[in-house]
Amino acid sequence: MAILWNDIGGKFNPACSSDYLPVDQLRTLQTQRLIAVVHRVYDRVEMYRKRMDERSVTPDDIRSLDDIAKLPFTVKTDLRDTYPFGLFACGINEVVRLHASSGTTGKPIVVAYTAEDIDVWTSVMVRTFAACGCGQGDIIQNAYGYGLFTGGLGAHYGAESLGATVIPISGGNTDRQIMVMKDFGVTAIACTPSYFLHLIERAGNMGVDIKDLPIKTGVFGAEPWTEAMRKYIESASNIKAYDIYGLSEIIGPGVASECSDQSGLHIFEDHFYPEIIDPETGDTLPDGAEGELVLTTLSKKAMPMIRYRTRDITSIIQEPCPCGRTVRKIRRIGRRTDDMFIIRGVNVFPSQIEEALLAVEGTLPHYQIILMREKGLDQIEVQVEVTEEVFSDEVRSMEKLRTVLAQSIERTLNIRVGVRLVEPHTIERSMGKAKRIIDKREM
Amino acid sequence: MSEFVTENRIWDSAETMPHDELRALQLERLTQTLARVAEVPFYKEAFAKAKVGPDNIKTLDDLRRLPFTTKADLRDHYPLGFLAVGRDRVARFHGSSGTTGKPTFVAYTKEDLSTWADLCARFLVSGGLRPEHTVHIAFGYGLFTGGFGLHYGVERVGAAVVPASAGNTQRQIMLLKDLAADVLVCTPSYALTIAEAVGAMGIDPKELSLKFAHFGAEPWTEDMRAQIEADMGLLAFNNYGLSEVIGPGVSGECAARNGMHIQEDHFIVECVDPETLEPVQPGNQGELVFTSLTKQAMPIIRYRTRDIAQLDPAPCPCGRTGIRMNRVVGRTDDMLIIRGVNVFPSQIEEALLRVEGTAPHYLIEIGRPGTLDEVKVHVEVRSKDLSDKMSHMQALRDRIGQEIHSITGIHADVHLVEPQTLERFVGKAKRVLDHRTET
Amino acid sequence: MKIKQLSVFLENKPGRLSEPCHALSKAGVNILTLSLADTQQFGIMRLIVKEPEKARDVLTQAGCVVKVTEIVAVEVEDRPGGLADILEIIEAADISIEYMYAFTFGRKDKAALVFRFDDPDKAIDVLQDKGVNVIGGLELYDNAD
Repeated sequence: MAILWNDIGGKFNPACSSDYLPVDQLRTLQTQRLIAVVHRVYDRVEMYRKRMDERSVTPDDIRSLDDIAKLPFTVKTDLRDTYPFGLFACGINEVVRLHASSGTTGKPIVVAYTAEDIDVWTSVMVRTFAACGCGQGDIIQNAYGYGLFTGGLGAHYGAESLGATVIPISGGNTDRQIMVMKDFGVTAIACTPSYFLHLIERAGNMGVDIKDLPIKTGVFGAEPWTEAMRKYIESASNIKAYDIYGLSEIIGPGVASECSDQSGLHIFEDHFYPEIIDPETGDTLPDGAEGELVLTTLSKKAMPMIRYRTRDITSIIQEPCPCGRTVRKIRRIGRRTDDMFIIRGVNVFPSQIEEALLAVEGTLPHYQIILMREKGLDQIEVQVEVTEEVFSDEVRSMEKLRTVLAQSIERTLNIRVGVRLVEPHTIERSMGKAKRIIDKREM
Repeated sequence: MSEFVTENRIWDSAETMPHDELRALQLERLTQTLARVAEVPFYKEAFAKAKVGPDNIKTLDDLRRLPFTTKADLRDHYPLGFLAVGRDRVARFHGSSGTTGKPTFVAYTKEDLSTWADLCARFLVSGGLRPEHTVHIAFGYGLFTGGFGLHYGVERVGAAVVPASAGNTQRQIMLLKDLAADVLVCTPSYALTIAEAVGAMGIDPKELSLKFAHFGAEPWTEDMRAQIEADMGLLAFNNYGLSEVIGPGVSGECAARNGMHIQEDHFIVECVDPETLEPVQPGNQGELVFTSLTKQAMPIIRYRTRDIAQLDPAPCPCGRTGIRMNRVVGRTDDMLIIRGVNVFPSQIEEALLRVEGTAPHYLIEIGRPGTLDEVKVHVEVRSKDLSDKMSHMQALRDRIGQEIHSITGIHADVHLVEPQTLERFVGKAKRVLDHRTET
Repeated sequence: MKIKQLSVFLENKPGRLSEPCHALSKAGVNILTLSLADTQQFGIMRLIVKEPEKARDVLTQAGCVVKVTEIVAVEVEDRPGGLADILEIIEAADISIEYMYAFTFGRKDKAALVFRFDDPDKAIDVLQDKGVNVIGGLELYDNAD
């Protein structure tokens, strides 16, 4: 009997049906939902109405998906400027949840959900976990931080609705995380990749080898990471490490997820319509071209987003996925338009440095990039923690390691960098997102 | 007194079930529970040892023939020894922060989670919550049951949740103000911290739109309620629960605010003498013991809470028929024995709040420098009451000492300290420093 | 005859040396000798202790990167040319020395040289052949007590 591609391992979850909609049906659905959401925001949200009026666009001008290009973009500062309730498309009595970003300075951004929005969010997280191979019977340790951050509760609702057992351990208390992982026979973990790296390392110090535990899946998101980092994590822990993607402004985690093919992230585009634009000109780019990801929420009620500029750089993969899902994939996001730094006129992304470091044998996953200005000249120093694998008791080999690392980075960036080997645990460990760059130039 | 008054609203008609029906339902559910735990190794063994079985339990009074369950039993059967369902039916685990060694974990099926949300919805609604409200939850989320219990309860009612979690008080206050929260959920000691920070940030509590608060997770006093209500301009409700039984939702106050109605259709309560383990005379203080009636994943039989309270069977004007418990006055295990006298930290707190000019921030320090116990009580003085007159401060000190003596019968050495010098707590407060137990 | 030596990676910053030493002393591990190789940026602390396995666990628990290597310790006579004689033997056998350091041990204040050879087994053979006293672990530890 033929094996259905959407029934892999007999674990098909009916909640994932929308992942496999025939493409023409999917486009029709998207078109209908787009028209509805444009009407909704035009009628209910002053900012959108004003901007559409300025461009002389009315909701009736939006009849096809291509017409989306007529609509204005929305950017992060719009959320800040309309804080707290300015972009709500419903009354507070319909709102059942409010989340807020951890704005480091000043006012945070606030996002709202109706009961229906929570249902949609839960469903896309179910689809996320299912795409990562999780299902009923799994014991999922949710180590994303709970609270105002959308990661924790988003993953929690999804895992619960999936029918798995949820351990809502939240972030922090690493020793207890490892104890629970071991004692409860946890099979999957949800957290940031950098926190999992920290868990692997701490487990090692505690004499626990994660390879010996039943855990087999990592659902990692909330920060950019590289293919090289995935390889490191997978070989150090013997799990499958999946990349998931989302952002609070759109819904939280659950915008896109990798599948068993691990060759890009399927966007749940029946709810979130993706476009790729040139970040400079704002022009829409064709599938396959690299640019900034722009997302429009097609079904959100409390706070729809029209053409939200994510600042994440990726491209849409046209080719069909062997997993059979019809929702399109985006390439994993290694960089953002705003984490790029310019050093001596060269554009540099932290992901390039991560790739270069991990390309050196003996892989060193803990690093931090320090930008300084000495005598008016930009300097870049990459601090790398020494691990047992690469440590030699000979000064000569350590010096050589330093040179090799510097050369590897220099080859990628074409600028001189200083590499400093540091002791383990000296770089701040992230409970949530890793802080990779410290810019001391303006200090 | 607050300007907000609650109407008497009832979430579930089961809360007003006539007594005879309630007892019949309890017996039916108890029988079902005993059938469910029959295969749980711990109970099997404990029942065999006590030579009782489900068949011996024909009436509610027969419950007394069953053995007790303690926290140590839970710890000894870590992690899954108390499960009464297959592991794949467990939808969630929660844990309590075991102070030493392994924490204790509790499990919930999907039905348990739904029951729990309902129980929390009951006390939230009886304490003023309406679907149009916004609720700021400053309990820690995670393994602790407080955050999630209230979160799902609020969701069940249909109000908006701000899952603020614990920490960063200034940010909490900014969100309370900007998102115009109507209801605050946290520990009473954290509410005091917030009230104090509101003052320090120069915000008039009137700028906040808080109308109600639901406090739990630690013992507090009537005077503390009066103080928080006066400082924050809201109505504060007490609720009670513990993760071993289900989490918050075991009992909660109604609009009468005269004791917390125990949700007797889901839990049987007993009040026993912690020494003899015999039932106390009706109306007397004793240790509360709970038996769960509807829990699936981890039913609990005669769980000794170590919480000291008293039960009040008198009918309540609100119409709820669940028996009321008064506030927890202490725990059998935080009860201090000072020169042979039983003292609860809450009594010291009560004494302090009777004296004008003290802040409800205190630390009890017990030592035994010679052969006799000595008690020092460190008390923060409010900044406005700070006086540079020695005689004035001396008088304040003496008054506190007298109040403590009149309530507890012990003489304490009172130390006045400057405002903001004692440690502040985000979660449960640690009020006692007992040097006698140190090696 | 080979002796286990622990190497610890350290950043070249004030106070860095004391942390691993504190950890060891708290665990009751006695350090027989310690030598430091450093560059401008980092250093490598090399230790000989009585219980290398225990010390390794203690240091790893304390978050240090630790490597156990095998070294050869040789007793040298306290006379001019004592060191030169030994180096001559090594050179003649075409064995390379990665590094070396000296320390005193025992009640009689004997001097010992610690060598890290690329081929320690061969080195032990030729040294013993020429009548040099290669110190074993037991002798070293006993004399240290």
